[in-house]
Amino acid sequence: MFTLKKILSAAAVSASLTIGLSAVVQAQSLGTPINESQLQGFDLIAQPDGSGYPRGSGTAVQGKAIFERRCVTCHGMTGEGTSTNTRLVGGDMQSEERPIRTVGSYWPHASTLFDYVQRAMPADAPKSLTSDEVYQVIAYVLHLNGIIEDSLVLNKETLMQVEMPNKDGFIDSSQAP
Amino acid sequence: MTKQELEKAAANGLINRRHLLGLGLAGMGTVASTSLLGAEAGFNLEIPGWSKQPGANASGYGSRSKFTDDMQRMSGNPNPLYPGGGSSRSPLHQLQGSITPNSLHFERHHAGIPDIDPAQHKLVIHGLVRQPLVFNYEDLLRYPMVSKIYFLECSGNSGSLFGPNPADGSAQSLHGLVSGAEWTGIPLSTLLDEAGVDPEARWINAVGADAASMGRSIPLNRAMNDVMLALFQNGEPVRPGQGYPMRLFVPGCEGNISVKWLTQIKLTREPTHFRDETSKYTDTRLDRKSQQFTFPMGTKSVITAPSGQMKLERQGIYQVTGIAWSGRGSIRRVEVSADGGRTWADAMIDSHQSEKALARFRIPWQWSGGDAVLQSRATDSQGNVQPTRTSLVTEKGNISTYHFHGIQSWAINTAGDVSNVYA
Ligand code: HEC
Repeated sequence: MFTLKKILSAAAVSASLTIGLSAVVQAQSLGTPINESQLQGFDLIAQPDGSGYPRGSGTAVQGKAIFERRCVTCHGMTGEGTSTNTRLVGGDMQSEERPIRTVGSYWPHASTLFDYVQRAMPADAPKSLTSDEVYQVIAYVLHLNGIIEDSLVLNKETLMQVEMPNKDGFIDSSQAP
Repeated sequence: MTKQELEKAAANGLINRRHLLGLGLAGMGTVASTSLLGAEAGFNLEIPGWSKQPGANASGYGSRSKFTDDMQRMSGNPNPLYPGGGSSRSPLHQLQGSITPNSLHFERHHAGIPDIDPAQHKLVIHGLVRQPLVFNYEDLLRYPMVSKIYFLECSGNSGSLFGPNPADGSAQSLHGLVSGAEWTGIPLSTLLDEAGVDPEARWINAVGADAASMGRSIPLNRAMNDVMLALFQNGEPVRPGQGYPMRLFVPGCEGNISVKWLTQIKLTREPTHFRDETSKYTDTRLDRKSQQFTFPMGTKSVITAPSGQMKLERQGIYQVTGIAWSGRGSIRRVEVSADGGRTWADAMIDSHQSEKALARFRIPWQWSGGDAVLQSRATDSQGNVQPTRTSLVTEKGNISTYHFHGIQSWAINTAGDVSNVYA
């Protein structure tokens, strides 16, 4: 009797489990299909291979005005910074002393500058620049670092070709144990 | 108290941990051998006032005793040149056990805490998938979930210990960017499978809905492993400071990749090289090459009491206690030294020792009024042993100050002052 009762209750449990599980299986497809074109104003990811850059263009000459209007309170008149993490120019990874690491000396990809300024800067009004303004102001930051001429028209194609001084300075450790 | 020989476990006062079980040693600052409330103290116990009148009613939302109001996170001053940027550190020296209360869990924000209406929030999974999908909060709550206890540590935690001189700090100010909690959420693989991962995909790129749109790239193989979309922390919905209504949670790894306010996951062939995985959170070595995507946090322990800026008022027996964790497994062993690392004794490790979670350790220690240097050394289930500060700094240099997990030294002088030293 004792055993039988046990078996019965186990059966009851497994029956309710089955119901529970099938409900769960149904619940597992609740995402709504969407297509990439619906994400154009949402997806800000810009990669080194040129994917994700919006249309637009600009030169450092144009960017200087934006920089002086929108960036200097925190980054200084010529990008010298107002603190260690707001310095945008200078440094040398091979310097004798502890290297100063900035956009110019440290960053391996110019795409990161586009990606970051578009998503996070200016820090007091992120995402308030147009795509043209982002191209212009990052052209100016690259020019301040001596990486591009101030006449270069920066756009999706030319940005992909910008070579950063420390482009070979990184080691991918993502698969380390 | 019955007289019993305390079995020494290591030099300078460390006592065998098994006395913790049998001896009823009192906590911090109490001398076990003398009784202060004894007859000599000269007063009689009376019924206190709060036992003579009804107390407060039950309330809808609990609050702590006003006598514990001094237990606060330590956060930097607001900086108009860095709006919403900064961190708040857990008061490790005042906490016990291995779960951090949500209100005291450390935080790090790069552009403040957004005020997100869950009904308006979207989570998009797209890129190299069969079918891009968008998820609502309400729907996500219907998915099968898991609950796991994990630590979370900012890779900048303890970074000042890379510096040439020991900072005058407390366990909180030096090491407070680590906390432990039970996280409940949906295995990310469930949602990625629903979208259908393209065989070409190698990385997920996770983006938050804060003003910095914090982005991090995570290898797909890790994302399919134990990563979750966390919706609850210690049983309640994740708080705004932790990513409400949802965050990524990447167990054992530097906190920044557990992107808060998660709104976008894009699958790609290559990582994005976001600013916070190139400019920041990278480790420049002595040869000037920089390691990128250094995710798992090292095997580490910290003594939380006695700890920096405390004062031992009386000689006697103290309970040395702290936390230990590893991003690569569970904690197998914690040893404690009272003589700056010359001799070691095994500490008692409390409770569960689950993977990638905080473990609480304790050991009794007799302070006889002399100089002492307390250290702790953790070993994880993979056999990784916490290195000395000197060997870590010699190996890594101090160009970068992330991922410090060396041994911490607290010196106690004859006046009982506890301070951070390099030993
Ligand atoms: C209100 C102050 C403020 C303004 C205005 C501002 N920034 Fe920033 N910027 C910051 C802060 C603070 C950081 C560091 C953020 C962090 O560490 O999370 C930063 C970081 C950066 C970085 C990354 C630096 C590095 O080495 O990691 C770049 C590039 C940048 N800003 C560009 C700009 C540009 C271009 C503008 C103007 C369009 C701008 N910023 C306007 C405060 C500001």
